[in-house]
Amino acid sequence: MVEWTEFERSTIQSIFSKLDYDVAGGKALARCLVVYPWTQRYFGNFGNLYNAAAIMGNPKVAAHGKVVLQGLDKAVKNMDNIKAAYKELSVLHSEKLNVDPDNFKLLADCLTIVVAAQMGAAFTAQVQAAFQKFLAVVVSSLCRQYY
Amino acid sequence: VMSLSAKDKSVVKAIWGKISGKADEIGTEALGRMLTVYPQTKTYFSHWPDLSPGSAPVKGHAKKIMGAIGEAVGKTDDLVGALGPLSELHAFKLRVDPANFKILAHNLIVVIGAYYPADFTPEVQVSLDKFFSNLALALAEKYR
Repeated sequence: MVEWTEFERSTIQSIFSKLDYDVAGGKALARCLVVYPWTQRYFGNFGNLYNAAAIMGNPKVAAHGKVVLQGLDKAVKNMDNIKAAYKELSVLHSEKLNVDPDNFKLLADCLTIVVAAQMGAAFTAQVQAAFQKFLAVVVSSLCRQYY
Repeated sequence: VMSLSAKDKSVVKAIWGKISGKADEIGTEALGRMLTVYPQTKTYFSHWPDLSPGSAPVKGHAKKIMGAIGEAVGKTDDLVGALGPLSELHAFKLRVDPANFKILAHNLIVVIGAYYPADFTPEVQVSLDKFFSNLALALAEKYR
């Protein structure tokens, strides 16, 4: 089981309480699709992803970003057993969506940058460490059911 | 390697120009974060008396790194050539696992994103990320 310090718990709760789920997820996903264009392979039915402007303005990207953030919220609310909370999500990503797990890390890094940009100086090294630890646990839990 | 287009090169020069006034501060922040968030990187600095973020050794080292990156920004047409001596240093003397170049690049990107949220658009990030990848490859060129 993952051990969380009080600082880590409160940091994660605080960050997510300040995120606009309608916006932050879409921003992170759009950034991922622009910075790591091979990730577009999973979104063939999203329409226009031809350039950065199209991606950043694409309503399906925004909508899916929100779905992703709601999925992360599940982890935020189940920090003591993310592995169990994510069992079905893991099976979904591996068996139905066939997502290369390396992509989870890419999206996590993009979310880190979105949060850093929003928090500025408040995104201290310790806060970054807590946030990246949380995302690493999420990513690992998503990878768990891959065979 | 995903080579740098003309657009990438000009985007990198522009963003590096933008941050140049705070380059040392950004470098110090990034290096400090690397040591904090990825504690395994501290293993390369056991000879420093003080590994805390913002300490003198960290500041001094960040200045060196940012200076070298700044020079590379001016030599994007031949990174391998420009980084030859540094590559030899890292390969034969320092022997830093090249995986760590990616870690430092990530932290530079996080700090630049935090300091310049409006300027650090996804398009700027992709060009800078490509530049850092190419830089890392040039730095690792002489390893084996």
